[in-house]
Amino acid sequence: MTTDVAGGRPGTAAHKPATSMEILSRNGIAVTSDGVPQRTGNNLDPWYANYAERAAGLAASEVRALFAVASRPEVVSLAGGMPFVSALPQDLIVSSMQKVMQEQGPVALQYGSGQGIPELREHILEVMSLEGIRGSVDNVVTATGSQQALDLVAKLFIDPGDVILAESPSYVGALGVFRSYQANVVHVAMDEHGLIPEALRQTIAHLRGQGRRIKFLYTIPNFHNPAGVTLSAERRPEILEICRSNEILVLEDNPYGLLHFDEPAPNALRALDPDGVIYLGSFSKTLAPGFRVGWALAPHAIREKLILAAESAILSPSSFSQLVVSEYLSTTDWRAQIDTFRGVYRERKDAMIEALGEHLPQLSWTNPNGGFYVWVTMPDVLDSKQMLPRAVKELVAYTPGTAFFADGRGRHAMRLSFCYPTPEAIRLGIRRLATVVNGELDLLDTFAGTGTLQLPPSAGYDSAPPSDLK
Amino acid sequence: MSDSKALYVVVLAGGISHERDVSLRSGRRVADALVAAGHRVVLRDPDAALLPFLAAERPDVVFPALHGSSGEDGSLLDLLAALGVPAVGSSGSSARRAWSKPVASSLLAEAGVAVPESIVLSHEAFRELGASSVLRVVRDALEGDLVVKPASGGSAQGVTIVQDTNDLPRAMVEAFTYDDVAVVERRVFGTEVAVAVIDTGDGPVALPAVEIEPIAGVYSFQARYNAGETTFYAPSRLDASVIAAASDAAVLAHRTLGLRDLSRVDFIVDDGGRPWFLEANVLPGLTETSLVPLAIEASGTDVSTVYSALALTAHSRRSSADAK
Repeated sequence: MTTDVAGGRPGTAAHKPATSMEILSRNGIAVTSDGVPQRTGNNLDPWYANYAERAAGLAASEVRALFAVASRPEVVSLAGGMPFVSALPQDLIVSSMQKVMQEQGPVALQYGSGQGIPELREHILEVMSLEGIRGSVDNVVTATGSQQALDLVAKLFIDPGDVILAESPSYVGALGVFRSYQANVVHVAMDEHGLIPEALRQTIAHLRGQGRRIKFLYTIPNFHNPAGVTLSAERRPEILEICRSNEILVLEDNPYGLLHFDEPAPNALRALDPDGVIYLGSFSKTLAPGFRVGWALAPHAIREKLILAAESAILSPSSFSQLVVSEYLSTTDWRAQIDTFRGVYRERKDAMIEALGEHLPQLSWTNPNGGFYVWVTMPDVLDSKQMLPRAVKELVAYTPGTAFFADGRGRHAMRLSFCYPTPEAIRLGIRRLATVVNGELDLLDTFAGTGTLQLPPSAGYDSAPPSDLK
Repeated sequence: MSDSKALYVVVLAGGISHERDVSLRSGRRVADALVAAGHRVVLRDPDAALLPFLAAERPDVVFPALHGSSGEDGSLLDLLAALGVPAVGSSGSSARRAWSKPVASSLLAEAGVAVPESIVLSHEAFRELGASSVLRVVRDALEGDLVVKPASGGSAQGVTIVQDTNDLPRAMVEAFTYDDVAVVERRVFGTEVAVAVIDTGDGPVALPAVEIEPIAGVYSFQARYNAGETTFYAPSRLDASVIAAASDAAVLAHRTLGLRDLSRVDFIVDDGGRPWFLEANVLPGLTETSLVPLAIEASGTDVSTVYSALALTAHSRRSSADAK
């Protein structure tokens, strides 16, 4: 008699301690009843049956593998979200680093507080004041990028099965975090003015009617990733009032707020409601993501728990990075640098919109007034995920719309980023994208009338694109 | 190994094919194995600087761990030969024979290997003859479940198993997004096995057949590259006579296609014990979850020894060419 290898799905045996026989079995050694080991199958991961349920989505996928070509110089990648850090004067960064090491070397190299360095938190208040936010240094918690703050907030609030409300579409990196805490994301409709208040009301009422527990609304009000739209000033108090009256916390994620192209974005949601909003900010787009410095501004009770959660996760964010960012903010005209970034991104956005109009007039797209992304909607016959291999052949990359939904939607949309490639590269990329779209339309035309040409809608998530995707 | 046998090996991995990611994984594993065997190894992505680099550096051997169009279509292999740099694996022309699944299938059918009935269709044919008419003929000609795949490529990319004929048009569209030519093949039910063939100078030898049992039932991209999702039996649990038949067919395929050094031939063994040819891989996957490394381990040796032997074999081809 042989025993088959343990081959259950991750999580199925999470709480059972493994017997030695099971361990042998997992390692491909079956044990017969008389105890003699015998060679059997090998699944190449002896711990496969032991993963926590929250690890279920962490898998290699075909789409993620296709993104590997984006790192090749021949490929125009409109897929990633890398800021154009070359627009930053390197000497300013070098001198900030030197000064930090000369004047505060031992502090920079030491563990710091979980809350972050006080001097930097002072600067952060100054940055946030540009968007109408007034707060206390005590309520600012710095983090290893605002992504970590997002993870910590999710850790504090989400029990498995809780509902998180998010825009439709929403940031792929947040969906991944919420999934890892086993939340159910429910999307709320948005239009060119951002989240639709009436849709929010109806969604809440519907969920409450089902007895579901809503933990917070996750929103990117400014220059939305991926949709490129901004929540209008008129809607902001209304959205906050709906959440307040339903006792729903708001998690405001605002990495792009200062990167407007003409009109500044309306004041932050946090500026209107200090008690009902956790605000997430970042230096990744206004300075550089390599420092990995972001922050949360939270009501005091939440802030206390955030600090404890941060210390438990990472002890403290990088002292060196925080001091360099702090030094940069004290000694340079960082507002002028943000202006430079705005100019760079405005030019690239204009190039993209113009090229779309010239080469892909049959599609529709958002025209953002800031940020990094254009959201393109295609005719229903086209499937952005199915089309990706063709794009790879044509040396252009984009992110399929499905990445930005937790419920399988987004097939007929794609996100194009204009932050990293030059205007010339963007124009070339859009030309290539037109070849891809037209080739796919031609193929679909050949098969028109023969039956269903699209994959059935698949529930669930795409895996996130790689974090170093250009 | 004595120092005199230490070679300067350039491992090629990456490229701009759909299988770039898989190739990068293969390349790192090959490089590690060759370093462990005492060779000097440089890992390179084939790009515009590669050919001048090779011409200037003159490495002892190139080990291409390239999958998909960047390696298996044979262009780069021809260029390496033209540069006079010996490379592990097949020549450009034999790579092209295996890279085209229809060509390989025809050659093997002629050689007497069981090959599932198939129809090879270009996008052009559908346009010219009308998709409905073509699909009707295909449905009538091939009964039961079908497998639709791009005529070239690996890692199960663009492959669909069609159980309901209504799904056939969609499967064709999927395959055509990868390649302008697609193959519609009768699905053979049975046990999937892969046979690695190695030749380090004494003629091609089949390594122990590896039996593949994906949890989801289909050896898809996900089942290939997520450890845990497929159980491998190396050697296969099939009867010795069946394994021998598959091994013989693999060596025959390797010889028929004119492959060299290393290949992997994939079969489905039906309930009657007959191995049906699926495809031959000129540059088979060498990743952590790939089949060839499992076959090598099952043969009682290790990847360092085998990759090193392959590098030395390739190098000796230049040495013998130089001596002439």
